[in-house]
Amino acid sequence: MTIAVTIAWAFDALLAATVLAVALWTIVTRETFAAVVGFVAFGLLVALVWVRLAAPDVAMVEAAIGGGVTGVLLLGAAARLRGVEAATAAEWPGKTLRLVTGALCAAVAAALAATMLLLPDPAPTLAPEAAANLASTGVGNPITGVLMAFRGLDTLLEKVVLVLALIGVWSLAQDSQWGGLPGPQRQAQPDQALVFLARLLPPVGIVIGVYLLWTGADEPGGAFQGGALLAAMWLLAMMAGLAAPPPVGSRRLRLVLVAGPAVFVAIGLAGFALADAFLAYPQAYAKPLIIVIEIALMLSIAATLALLVAGPPERMPPR
Amino acid sequence: MSETTLFGLGASALVGLGLYGFVIHPEPLRKLLAFNLLVSGVFLLFGVIARRGAAVGMGGDPIPQALVITGIVVAFAGSALAVGLLLRLGQKTGRATLRDVPSPPGDGTTS
Repeated sequence: MTIAVTIAWAFDALLAATVLAVALWTIVTRETFAAVVGFVAFGLLVALVWVRLAAPDVAMVEAAIGGGVTGVLLLGAAARLRGVEAATAAEWPGKTLRLVTGALCAAVAAALAATMLLLPDPAPTLAPEAAANLASTGVGNPITGVLMAFRGLDTLLEKVVLVLALIGVWSLAQDSQWGGLPGPQRQAQPDQALVFLARLLPPVGIVIGVYLLWTGADEPGGAFQGGALLAAMWLLAMMAGLAAPPPVGSRRLRLVLVAGPAVFVAIGLAGFALADAFLAYPQAYAKPLIIVIEIALMLSIAATLALLVAGPPERMPPR
Repeated sequence: MSETTLFGLGASALVGLGLYGFVIHPEPLRKLLAFNLLVSGVFLLFGVIARRGAAVGMGGDPIPQALVITGIVVAFAGSALAVGLLLRLGQKTGRATLRDVPSPPGDGTTS
């Protein structure tokens, strides 16, 4: 082995060990809040693993959503559940049950590990097919090609799932609060570091988000990564109290939320007339159509992710 | 040991660890946290299989990678719904566990 290969291997081994150690810590630590902080660190470390697995697109989504937005969601939940009576020692399973569970979980892990060791060689791959057909989509990033063209239906259904999840979250509101503003009232305190950051970061973040969408056609990036970044910027402004969340009854808000899936479905249906199949693009216009869908998707993703974190409506708008 | 084998074994261990936490913890927020670890492990297994399929100048098979991107977003949507449910549970019962508790007296609302 050359020195470079040895160093790369040592880095990978260290990274894998760190990820597992942080994961173990989030499971065994007593304090829920500390466990959530551990989970955010875990998400960022896993993003590094994705880089090492030559998947920069996934790494960006993992860092933004897996670590970032999920972290904010769980931190908020942990903070709000602090006043609530925690589980008592009596509710923990006994030692025997814990041992049996541990053994069974170890067996699951061992079975998966054995599968990983027995994977066929050479590995089956669709990369050559994706490369051969990428030219017909007009985009240069194979991941974007798969998401928007080859497996467009998955992406479309996923957007519908996001909207359904948001409807589910909103429907947890009390009847009297329906149509109101999500989350507790926040007052901006001008001397807070959070307020400073919420003024400083969004202009930069919004530009980078839009750039990620645009460059995603040919380089790592895309509507998901850009949308997650925009959502983070909006959440920052909302958490600092600089921007009030919109009332969930607002018609304009609902239009933004369904714009992505609606544009996707409309262009998909047009595919019947223009290219003989649902979600098929006429070759000459494939790239512009994909970009139009991605712009609408990015806005819907940003709004949906931010509002999923903001939670169900809890107060009526001030009159 | 190649890097795909290394990460494949690590991801398998992660699934087992997450599953253990999911079963053992009595608090739903900790269950959700553990479940997210499990999900990360499953996604990484996809990533390892994608990496093994590297061909024609691509670092990995783009199809499993794209599926994982979709999966991460859907997993987040599920987590958000779960957090909403358990915050509501905390509001109604005043407790952060899934044990059956008689609803507190005077709480006759159906909202």
